[in-house]
Amino acid sequence: MGLLAKYEANRETAWCPGCGNFPLRQALANALAELGLSPDQVTMFSGIGQAAKMMHYIRINGFNGLHGRALPAAIGMVVANPEMKVIVESGDGDNYGEGGNHILHNIRRNPDLTHLVHNNQIYGLTKGQASPTTGYENRTTVQPEGITSDPFNPLPFAVAMRASFVARGFVGEREHLQELIKAAIMHKGYALIDILQPCVTFNRVNTYQWYKERVYKLGDDYDPTDYMAAMEKANEWGDRIPIGIIYREEKKTFRERLALTDQEGLVGKAFNPADYAFLLDEFR
Amino acid sequence: MELTIVIGGEAGQGLNTVDYLLGKTLFRMGYHLFTTQDYMSRIRGGHNFVTIRFGTEPVKAVRDEIDILIALNQETIDLHKDRLVAGGLILYDGEAEVGDKELLQIEAKAIARNINPRGVNTVFVGAVLKLLSLDYQETVKVIREYFPREEIQEDNIKLLQEGYNRVSSRLKLEKGQASGEQIYINGNDALAMGAAAAGVKFYAAYPMSPATGIMNYLAGKQKELGLVVEQAEDEIAAINMALGASFSGIRAMTGTSGGGFALMTEAVGLAGIGEIPVVIADAQRPGPATGLPTRTEQGDLLFAINAGQGDLPLVVLAPRNHEDLFRQAFRAFDLADKYRIPVIILTDQYLADSATNVPAFDFTALQVKDYFMTEEEIREYAHNEEKVFKPYLLTESGISPRAYPGLIPGQVVLMDSDEHDEYGHITEDGEVRKAMVEKRARKLDKLCGEDLEEPLYLGGEEIDYLLIGWGSTYGALKEAREILEEEGFKVGLLSYSDVWPLPVKRLNDFRDKELVIVENNATAQFGRLISSETGIRAKYNILKYDGRPFTAREIVERFKEEVIK
Repeated sequence: MGLLAKYEANRETAWCPGCGNFPLRQALANALAELGLSPDQVTMFSGIGQAAKMMHYIRINGFNGLHGRALPAAIGMVVANPEMKVIVESGDGDNYGEGGNHILHNIRRNPDLTHLVHNNQIYGLTKGQASPTTGYENRTTVQPEGITSDPFNPLPFAVAMRASFVARGFVGEREHLQELIKAAIMHKGYALIDILQPCVTFNRVNTYQWYKERVYKLGDDYDPTDYMAAMEKANEWGDRIPIGIIYREEKKTFRERLALTDQEGLVGKAFNPADYAFLLDEFR
Repeated sequence: MELTIVIGGEAGQGLNTVDYLLGKTLFRMGYHLFTTQDYMSRIRGGHNFVTIRFGTEPVKAVRDEIDILIALNQETIDLHKDRLVAGGLILYDGEAEVGDKELLQIEAKAIARNINPRGVNTVFVGAVLKLLSLDYQETVKVIREYFPREEIQEDNIKLLQEGYNRVSSRLKLEKGQASGEQIYINGNDALAMGAAAAGVKFYAAYPMSPATGIMNYLAGKQKELGLVVEQAEDEIAAINMALGASFSGIRAMTGTSGGGFALMTEAVGLAGIGEIPVVIADAQRPGPATGLPTRTEQGDLLFAINAGQGDLPLVVLAPRNHEDLFRQAFRAFDLADKYRIPVIILTDQYLADSATNVPAFDFTALQVKDYFMTEEEIREYAHNEEKVFKPYLLTESGISPRAYPGLIPGQVVLMDSDEHDEYGHITEDGEVRKAMVEKRARKLDKLCGEDLEEPLYLGGEEIDYLLIGWGSTYGALKEAREILEEEGFKVGLLSYSDVWPLPVKRLNDFRDKELVIVENNATAQFGRLISSETGIRAKYNILKYDGRPFTAREIVERFKEEVIK
């Protein structure tokens, strides 16, 4: 069996026909297979929402945890097992709303993991309320007169904090997205990809057509290591929306910064409590 | 023979140094001791004091009376002089109104000015040692261990000698005679050491009094023990990190106090439904909300046993003293792993911050069991497309085989906070849901049959009254029971350490006795738990909720007032 086939879960999904989650799933499976990773070498952490169900529709190790809390749970695995490729994958509400605080602190930590945010600018599973990224004055069931808050733009936020890898993808550009995912997984450190995807059921504004008219790929002449240029690019939103790697910076990973004496995993190490009897000495 | 020394002053006046130097000296001299800290939630100012109770017989609780009061300010004298026994002494640098008590002036500041003004308290340590006719050589050793810099050590040794030479002997103490190998340790350290001995490899927490000491201890051991301590951005992150680490195959823990635990409860439920072992220490302080941050209470019991929405299996342990903190912390990891459940350790500020001498913990007797799949089982599943691993396999005991991602080559491991089938996939099937709820419940049934510990009983065979306590009240209750017995009352004591599931057998033997619940909370939470689980209602409640721990004398007096009448 080829690697790609190993990711096949053969399960009926809870996603709407035409949902952006389907091409995203394909891009992810392709990326993992092309990197030569088998499903037992990758673990996905997610929270709650339609996107968060991904691990049920792709065969992979998975921790489908609490709403907004995928990142902290993933940190536990980054500490325990550096051999494992860790992917945090969930929607805009889960990551930018309920779990917003964790993004801030995990950019500071720079854990070696890939963070895929399905950003459809709407709440799908709870049926159409505003997400942190829904546009100002868009009307929803809960905001019938229009949304009164400005939308959150994750890219300038992440770049401002010097996240070590910041990118934007679009499910309508699947192969491009696939390459972004590969680059993010290979990146040593925290890699955020904000992935634009239409919600075909609840988001009447940000449709495939809407995105297609605006999205453009960053060219080879763009230098993602230039912080000021990246800030400018990250803020570009509206008539033209850039996709690609916006910013990258090499820095020490979370695990390399810990007080550990080596980078070996902590999993599966046998020990004998009797060896710890020296702990008593300072109390004598 | 026993004495109590109280050292009082403002926050920032170096009480901890006096506490450590004197406490460790007396410990090394073979005295039994119990020291407590009474501090306010502030960095400077206010009134803080430490109490060192020591003697030739074991002491395991605080006491009301004071023999020697070291006052670092006038306020200390005003607040504590009434607790001085007849013949009690006040050590103070200056003039003070002390009523009928005796004042011993020591010009500590003047002495320290020429040597090291920051070491002013060490003068008092020297003076106290001389008053008690104790040698100061042991303190010289303690000073050398305590202060890292040599010149500071030398200054403090000089100050110690100066204090020693300024006063004359007053008391001649019997020699300390604590026998066997002893250690002098506080509650947070004992708990943390139990976790270390159990092989905790990851501790994630957010600083919160009075639990922070657990994190401090483990953080200091990261390199030696190859473990990681992470200060999380909040308690929600802390417990989710611990769950992620445990899912990944290492022993993980978090610790907090009531407010932080409140934030963690959704994740306690996740540990329940996801069947992820985790150990959570809740060092209780008086609530609700911020309550009294640096005081003590046993107010989280019913909250802890009901943590998390829905029905889930969990265990709550309430260690009764320092030895039990070590033992239960170690055991908590075993129970968590064996049953794949959250285990909560309820300690409190009183236990966390008090230090005492205990027989050195026996590390050679400890055995860590591995509850992951055996190598043989792993081989059976490895790269076997016919045999798909089921992390939630329905079994008679309710316990499913456990693997972490990567343990079985070719297989994946799935965990879900949604209700799930045996594979860990989301399901809304009513029959599967029912089977999973029952499976999780069966684990606790098995635990009750195999692992639950009945309470400790102290007392004679024929009693009229039974004192019932749980957790940290043990020391004061034990002493109170002995006093009452000496006074002719037939009193027994039942002390619970496993509190949830509630062990119900032993209590049955005392159904016909006069039952007296003694608890550090306002609503007799344990009494209500006993009542709901057994139908047995205690006739009397001795409750205390001023944020301070019980003393034995207090229990005795209230027993006489409220029970005997």
